[in-house]
Amino acid sequence: MFYRQAGDFKTTYRGDIQTFPLRQDRIAYYLMLAFAFLVVPFVINDYWASAVLIPFLILAIASLGLNILTGYCGLVSLGTGGFMAVGAYACYKLMTAFPDLNMMIVVLLAGFITAAVGLLFGIPSLRIKGFYLAVATLAAQFFLVWLFNKVPWFYNYSASGQINAPERTMLGFEVTGANAEPAVSYLFCLTILTVLALIARNLTRGRIGRSWMAIRDMDIAAEIIGVNPLKTKLSAFAVSSFYIGVAGALFFSVYLGAVEVGEVFGINQSFLILFMIIIGGLGSIFGSFAGAAFMVLMPVLLKNIMVGGLGWPTDIAAHIEFMVVGGLIVIFLIVEPHGLAQLWRVAKEKLLLWPFPH
Amino acid sequence: MGARAAAQSIDQGAELLRVDDISLSFGGVKALTDVSFDVLRGEVRAIIGPNGAGKSSMLNVINGFYHPQQGEVWFAGSQRRNPKPHNIAHQGIARTFQNIALFNGMSTLDNIMTGRFTHMKQNMLMQAFWRGPAEREEVQNREKVEEIIDFLEIQAIRKTPVGRLPYGLQKRVELGRALAAEPILLLLDEPMAGMNVEEKEDMSRFILDVKDEFGTTITLIEHDMGVVMDISDRVVVLDYGRKIGDGTPDEVRNDQAVIDAYLGVAHD
Ligand SMILES: Nc1ncnc2c1ncn2[C@@H]1O[C@H](COP(=O)(O)OP(=O)(O)O)[C@@H](O)[C@H]1O
Ligand SMILES: [Mg+2]
Repeated sequence: MFYRQAGDFKTTYRGDIQTFPLRQDRIAYYLMLAFAFLVVPFVINDYWASAVLIPFLILAIASLGLNILTGYCGLVSLGTGGFMAVGAYACYKLMTAFPDLNMMIVVLLAGFITAAVGLLFGIPSLRIKGFYLAVATLAAQFFLVWLFNKVPWFYNYSASGQINAPERTMLGFEVTGANAEPAVSYLFCLTILTVLALIARNLTRGRIGRSWMAIRDMDIAAEIIGVNPLKTKLSAFAVSSFYIGVAGALFFSVYLGAVEVGEVFGINQSFLILFMIIIGGLGSIFGSFAGAAFMVLMPVLLKNIMVGGLGWPTDIAAHIEFMVVGGLIVIFLIVEPHGLAQLWRVAKEKLLLWPFPH
Repeated sequence: MGARAAAQSIDQGAELLRVDDISLSFGGVKALTDVSFDVLRGEVRAIIGPNGAGKSSMLNVINGFYHPQQGEVWFAGSQRRNPKPHNIAHQGIARTFQNIALFNGMSTLDNIMTGRFTHMKQNMLMQAFWRGPAEREEVQNREKVEEIIDFLEIQAIRKTPVGRLPYGLQKRVELGRALAAEPILLLLDEPMAGMNVEEKEDMSRFILDVKDEFGTTITLIEHDMGVVMDISDRVVVLDYGRKIGDGTPDEVRNDQAVIDAYLGVAHD
């Protein structure tokens, strides 16, 4: 009744290929952006920033990155945590070696370094597929964590073996370190996420995105229309690793401030991001967001209900959380492999027709 | 001059493709033995023969999936040396598969847009930015794709995921994807297999229209002898990997070796 396509016909192809062809969707999108940039920073507090918003923003970047590789190009990776660690350590080394370097540049450089490492580890993927590729990325995961633990140069020979983010400012405001304002950290991450999401959208709607999906869906057919499989897979690895590296850099510098690599960027992190894109929707930008939001919010919600509301012990609550996540993964894989994004699309299609389904 | 431009400059009726003494085997299985034939610019060249005769293998040789142990492939006046399929696409050769090979996760429109790949040049930076050159290129190519969609009369399924389409329409979309490349040589592997009479008529009409309207040279594999006789200019007959006949449909139809090997054996 209220959600309508009528009167919103596309008269140009340019209109038809825009991100939100429906005017109502477009308005909703701008409203949300305005809210995120203009309202949230004024009402944000420490709890919301550290429990929900900042992890959501950063993990959404990682989930966009993995979705490019796995959802769009069809290459499964279990090395996300390891590549986030590359971003984090690149960030740390850059911050300590060049104290005056602008933080935005540090984060971007960390992304590029991770992209280069991703390319390197992507090369085996040119020969192997499916299960074997997953195993190869798993090897990369363990190798990278081992490397950062083992070589003291990476943690500047600190006694603890940890890396700690020094204080850095952005436009005069502290964005990392103990005195960072939640609003500043939030805006910093939000800006990066917004730009990276736009870029992901642009890449996936054009020639490169179609070549990724072509390789994913039917690689021999992709080849006969001119797609070079090697170049295409490597480009997916590079772009994906860039996103994941940026996420790792932010996770370390802005969110946690101090990192012990095995704990933060272990295999659990790889699975968490993988679950995000499965639940959110493979091959969907919206799904990357939905999955990240879901996986960040759900534990907070469950904990608030079970521990805060019902007064259950925390360890039981934690077990139940595991079970809920596991159950949901199974349900999504069986019932709706395209995840929340597909549910959302179906709901919108229904809404377009409502209340007259014919 | 690139191979595509070279092919484009070839006169109608002159040799576009020639395969010379091609032999191909898989382990002990000889799929092709000393096969030679040519394809002239602008003609419809059919390859016929019983199942397992080596027809699909021949197309796979032409578009670079298989590299024959012996023999030469000449395209647009130069000999090819074990090129990759994706290089061959850039030379102006497109094809469809015997078993439909569409991109099932994409819509009809995106499948056919993907067929424009060799005509799109914007680099990753431009695409990341989108506004400007990348968007312009997208729109220009979309216009070409819409022409193909109109030509194949599939406007109604433009946004439908191809996995949901019935078989006949999937075949048509696959033809659309190949046409989107604006190929100089189009290879069709059993484009009418599994179709009913009406669908076959549609497909025959499309193939002839492609030849007439776009001047595309076509090499097709087909089992239905009626269709082959109707739409092809010349026919190659393969049997057990060897060429046993070559000529106009009439010549082939009256050739005793062909009748024995193929026509006599009935249509499977
Ligand atoms: N990739 C392959 N590996 C092994 N044998 C193959 C392969 N491709 C084709 N063949 C064999 O080559 C012969 C010709 O097959 P094909 O070209 O598909 O015949 P047609 O298309 O005429 O039915 C068959 O005996 C087939 O088993
Ligand atoms: Mg065949």
